[in-house]
Amino acid sequence: MSTLVVSRTGLSLRAIFSRDPTWTAPARPPRVKRETPVASSDDQQLLVRLRAGDGDAFDALVEKYHGKLKRLARLFVSTEASADEVVQDTWVAVLDGLDAFEERSSLGTWISRILVNRAKTKGVREARSTPFSAMGDDDTGDELAVVDAARFSPAGKWTAPPLRWDDETPATLVANQQAMALLEVELRQLPERQRVIVVLRDTLGWTSDEVCTALEITEANQRVLLHRARTRLRARLEAHFASHEC
Amino acid sequence: MLSCQEITAVITEYLEGRMSFADRMRFQMHLGMCKHCRAYLRQMKATIGSLGQLPDEPMPTDVRDEMRKRFAAWNDARRADPKKKPEPT
Repeated sequence: MSTLVVSRTGLSLRAIFSRDPTWTAPARPPRVKRETPVASSDDQQLLVRLRAGDGDAFDALVEKYHGKLKRLARLFVSTEASADEVVQDTWVAVLDGLDAFEERSSLGTWISRILVNRAKTKGVREARSTPFSAMGDDDTGDELAVVDAARFSPAGKWTAPPLRWDDETPATLVANQQAMALLEVELRQLPERQRVIVVLRDTLGWTSDEVCTALEITEANQRVLLHRARTRLRARLEAHFASHEC
Repeated sequence: MLSCQEITAVITEYLEGRMSFADRMRFQMHLGMCKHCRAYLRQMKATIGSLGQLPDEPMPTDVRDEMRKRFAAWNDARRADPKKKPEPT
């Protein structure tokens, strides 16, 4: 209900402001919905073909999800070898469960759940992976997790505003290979809990509910970590664009 | 009225749709008047959007071959006895 009201108000606000010729429309409320491992007709067709024993369909499925699963596995186990093992175990479990899979969730979500369960079990067995709640609170005193207070006046107004980027839309930023490579590096350098959250949310497209359930944390806790991670990553990109300006 | 500094602090609440109606209004009012905060929001959205499009690492050929073998074995087992459920590993 409230969404409806907000959206109506958004429209009327724009209508008022748009009478001013200097007015630039503010960014619309977020539509940062990304490709979740969601059910797609592609996946449904794959499922039918897999159940019919079509090897090409399995190839296609593995090709589609393998990289994402590897990224996911890395969040829970400490070595590349363990991550590879978890992913391969997951594929075996997927085959074993394929006939019983009731399609209550999407194929991608189901496969991700299998992986998370396997990865957690493996972590416990090896005593190498720590549960999320026990991961070090290494994000206190992280100066990049908030915008530097020195960039604002005492009244909180920008004195050193955000430096403009050449690429300020996702489409142009994605096309910038240097920036994308930087993001990948910066992701790995994030404090562990921030990295887990931002990869699940923004890279793998999990919903807030899915993350909170899988990691057994509150929505507020999840949001704080997500905020810190995103703030830091944006700051890193800003520094990157600033250093490439001259 | 929110300050620019406050905007940067609550931007995730805004993007997550976790703001009260009044706060969302205040946020949007500020954006309407502040090009720097509009740029900040744009950059934040670009960052988030590009995180969702980081390229996956390519799958090693040996993994692909191993997967094909596993699939063939699974398929053979099913054909041999369609009612048999393979043992969980």
